[in-house]
Amino acid sequence: MTDSVVRIRGVDKTFGAGADRTPALQHIDLDIPKGAFVSLIGPSGCGKSTLLRLIGDLTQPSAGTVEVNGKTAHRARLDRDYGMVFQAPVLFDWRTVQGNVELPLEVSAKNRSARADRAKSMLALVELTGFERRYPWQLSGGMQQRVAIARALSFEPAILLMDEPFGALDEMTRERLNLELLRIWQQTGTTIVFVTHSIPEAVFLSTHVAVMSARPGRIVELIPVDLPQPRNDLTREDERYFRFITRVRERLRGREMARPGAAEVAAS
Amino acid sequence: MFRAARSAVSLLVLIAVLAVLWEVVKLLGGDPSEAWTPPFQWSVASDLNMPHLWDIAASFVEPAQRNGPPLGLVLVNAGIFTFREAFGGFVFGALLGLALAIVFVHSPLLERALVPYVVASQTVPIIAIAPVVVIWLQGGWLAVAVISAYLTFFPVTIAGLRGLRSPDPRALELMRSYASTSRDVLLKVRLPAAAPYLFAAFKVAATASVVGAIIGELPSGIRDGLGGAILNFNQYYVSGPPKLWAAIIVAAIVGIGFFALVRAAEVVFLRGRVAPSDA
Repeated sequence: MTDSVVRIRGVDKTFGAGADRTPALQHIDLDIPKGAFVSLIGPSGCGKSTLLRLIGDLTQPSAGTVEVNGKTAHRARLDRDYGMVFQAPVLFDWRTVQGNVELPLEVSAKNRSARADRAKSMLALVELTGFERRYPWQLSGGMQQRVAIARALSFEPAILLMDEPFGALDEMTRERLNLELLRIWQQTGTTIVFVTHSIPEAVFLSTHVAVMSARPGRIVELIPVDLPQPRNDLTREDERYFRFITRVRERLRGREMARPGAAEVAAS
Repeated sequence: MFRAARSAVSLLVLIAVLAVLWEVVKLLGGDPSEAWTPPFQWSVASDLNMPHLWDIAASFVEPAQRNGPPLGLVLVNAGIFTFREAFGGFVFGALLGLALAIVFVHSPLLERALVPYVVASQTVPIIAIAPVVVIWLQGGWLAVAVISAYLTFFPVTIAGLRGLRSPDPRALELMRSYASTSRDVLLKVRLPAAAPYLFAAFKVAATASVVGAIIGELPSGIRDGLGGAILNFNQYYVSGPPKLWAAIIVAAIVGIGFFALVRAAEVVFLRGRVAPSDA
């Protein structure tokens, strides 16, 4: 238990009550080792975002426990152990790029010059030096998402929670940001939990892929992806890479045999 | 800058067109003069009801009372006086309106309980409220500002509430993940997000505050403002129709001026934002 950053035991999550009761997650057990890159993958509505939100204490489990760094998820949130990145960058229009990155630091009452230094080094990390004074709407979608990543990392969270962060970007931007995210992951040593519905993306990025079943969501298998590090464009042409993709795809499909229509959605 | 100049020009053109229209009506149906006998006789277009524009213009330089200062000076002073009251009412109203919006956004219970009364308050005519406020506060500048605030807080509350609710739910989740206080959420997310909504309401409130101040002057017996001037020139209309029109023009200028002031503040305050900042 020593080096698990996230420890989930017997978690159920049910939405609604009475006739509207919808079980979203069932019997989730998951350990995420320190420094791991874990992707949650599964068909739409399988509760992967809900699981991410449970880890981040944005919603509470109906049963079971979520521990982060040996604390409750709630305590971990108050200790600012999380960085969050959503599918949309959710930047603030009225703040410059640097102002956006500084926001979490303002909340944690860092002094002005420490904030500015930290924001500048985070922007350097995501290769946006020179864009500090720009406003978010002056940047492309990919650049906005990089600002969101810089912001999430600004107070050095122990764990970075990413909910389909590249889902709204075009394929080429997405592949470039995948490489950048891996570089950032290696430079910072942050543990990352990453929700995606792209199988190749999950395999390319992760040290572990958690394959989930359709509602109610369960973790079908936690597949360790032992492709060599650091990964790069050659990884995408590696035969083992394709084998992992096939394995994840079959695992996703395995649970969906009864509903072939849903399997296509899951595998797409 | 270019757009500001263009809208100023189009405003001047509009005023010129209205002025020409006014005089054309006079030409067609006004009172006969030595030089011209109009083809029609419309009572609305008589010199009593629609004085010639040059008579109105001339009235500004003529003394308002025998041996007194020119009417223009009297009206400018009255305009400044009324603007002060309106500004006070605007500030009271904006602060009250914003405070209510902030309370409501944090307490759905209070929102449900009080919003119907806030709405109902606006269905009571200001004319009925004004004398009561004057009696309570014993007249004077404060009473007028309160009456003016009565008209201005409402749009600020409604637009403010909408604006404070406008942030993306994920923006609020982000703040939650930073373990931020609700004060930080208010100051760093909700209020900045509400700013464009608030400025839209402030523009409505600015013109309403001038109306409120003019109406507030009537029951408070204040003679130094535009309300007093309008009442006075209305009573003695027959002896000098252009004077009332001159007072109306000054009242309009005060209202438009206040609006322009808020608009200028909006441009400065919201610069750099993606949100379209058209008036």
